[in-house]
Amino acid sequence: MGQITLSSITKSFGDVNVIPPLDLTINDGEFVVFVGPSGCGKSTLLRLIAGLEDISSGKIEIDGRNATDAAPAERGLAMVFQSYALYPHMSVRKNIAFPLKMAKMPQAEQDRKVENAARILNLSSYLDRRPGQLSGGQRQRVAIGRAIVREPAAFLFDEPLSNLDAALRVTMRQEISELHQSLKTTMIYVTHDQVEAMTMADKIVVLNAGRIEQVGSPLELYRSPRNLFVAGFIGSPKMNLITGAEADRHGCATLGVRPEHLEVTADGPWKGVIGLAEHLGSDTFLKVAVEGVGDLTVRVPGERGLHHGQTISLLPPPDKLYRFDANGMAL
Amino acid sequence: MATEHSRTAARLMVSPAVILLFLWMIVPLGMTIYFSFLRYNLLMPGMESWTGFDNYYYFITQHAFWDALVNTLLLVGGVLVITVVGGVALALLLDQPFKGQGIVRVMVIAPFFVMPTVSALVWKNMFMNPVNGMFAHIAKAFGLQPFDFLSHAPLASIILIVAWSWLPFATLILLTALQSLDREQMEAAEMDGASWLNRFIYLTVPHLTRSITVVVLIQTIFLLSVFAEILVTTNGGPGTASTNLPYLVYAQSLLNYDVGGGSAGGIIAVILANIVAIFLMRMIGKNLET
Repeated sequence: MGQITLSSITKSFGDVNVIPPLDLTINDGEFVVFVGPSGCGKSTLLRLIAGLEDISSGKIEIDGRNATDAAPAERGLAMVFQSYALYPHMSVRKNIAFPLKMAKMPQAEQDRKVENAARILNLSSYLDRRPGQLSGGQRQRVAIGRAIVREPAAFLFDEPLSNLDAALRVTMRQEISELHQSLKTTMIYVTHDQVEAMTMADKIVVLNAGRIEQVGSPLELYRSPRNLFVAGFIGSPKMNLITGAEADRHGCATLGVRPEHLEVTADGPWKGVIGLAEHLGSDTFLKVAVEGVGDLTVRVPGERGLHHGQTISLLPPPDKLYRFDANGMAL
Repeated sequence: MATEHSRTAARLMVSPAVILLFLWMIVPLGMTIYFSFLRYNLLMPGMESWTGFDNYYYFITQHAFWDALVNTLLLVGGVLVITVVGGVALALLLDQPFKGQGIVRVMVIAPFFVMPTVSALVWKNMFMNPVNGMFAHIAKAFGLQPFDFLSHAPLASIILIVAWSWLPFATLILLTALQSLDREQMEAAEMDGASWLNRFIYLTVPHLTRSITVVVLIQTIFLLSVFAEILVTTNGGPGTASTNLPYLVYAQSLLNYDVGGGSAGGIIAVILANIVAIFLMRMIGKNLET
């Protein structure tokens, strides 16, 4: 079990109101990702759920039990920190066994659980090393191991991959997803990286300045962003947002079109000069200055012999245009 | 070749300083060793004669030597225990956020800047004096008999005075170590269900071992040679109750005018200090390795 319900919780540090009243339900077994720009309150929200910060008002329920004033250890949640927070003077074995030792579990059972966790995470041959002798990815796995052995109601991840290099990040991302599929435990994952959010989540919670902008599955957010913020945040490269006369012509304040939906054709309505062409092999990213519209990013698949200074014309797909009103809400 | 040349040049460049330091150390040591084998009494100048190991024999066999040896170790040990335990406690307190933190931290450091003679005199005359001292007044306010610290518990009083002046040093070093303790580790332990005491035992203490080692090693060097505090308070007395080795060497050379015996005592003190140092490095030196 691992259902978490937040009812109109708020948090302020002194006079600064970090989280205005916020409601959210996280269902059992879900992989929920909190995503948003730096300083949007996503880590604070996670720490409120963990109990490392006290909420200013509102109610937190875990599995139907009121956990608002419960101490962190009593909530039955396990957390993986950004810095991994391994205990440097203890071996990997002792690190993983620490929560069990604190719970005064018999030694034999501790050993069994540690061995089991180490087997799941491929750590068996490193059990007697110190954290300082491990690589970044191994430390990450030890931190996850320390969380697994507690058999928590939910796992909390606070930007766990941000200290890893790009290649390792992809591997660990898959490992965490596979772990979620095999354990089927609720996981709450905080990140500022929308790629991590899109690839891992069952449900994404987009946060901005402490407010929830939209909640939904990755494709829901991609297909129908509720407002300008979500539209600009989800998707890579970012959605092109066009204002002015061209938007007026479509009857809205801001017109959005995703780079991958723009088509390069012989006689599209938007003609422009390529300012920059990035050839990635699988894709080509173009920055095109279109007269009367502005700078547009275009993503064309495959290797196209397009280069700086060339004039091309673009066709905006009529069924894949996003229209927003003056308040930034989707029409 | 270039590195070979520059290395030779580097050796040449540092040699004057090294030679000067070496002479600075070896000349007094050599003279002390030389004097320790002479019958050299200031009351009979010009009558020095070679006596072999007699000075060492007489120095060691006097009962004051063993008293002084025990007192030296008690003084070092006592001050170390008080400063390390008190230093950890104070550092934990000062690490908490509170108003006026900056001023309090500066004030806590202050005793370290008071010179030993002054601090000992302040303690002797303003606190421990059985007639005018603060402690006597407090005792009288409760209707108790004032306690004459320096005549009834001379060594304990000196330990207290010395510990008072070294406590800030330990606090300062332990506080900086405490501030480098990763906050996320503490939070992780909190989530793992560790109580405050368990977090202290399993995280804080292991984190502090290296700094505690530094405090113990540095303080031991200085505490083996405590002298000023004894000279201005008890003069080593009553009897030999508060005489340590440096004070005994002083008494031998300058109160008994026996330079030869004093030199022998000095050499014995050097050997003992080295034994203590080797012992300490064996015991806790491994904490300094990474």
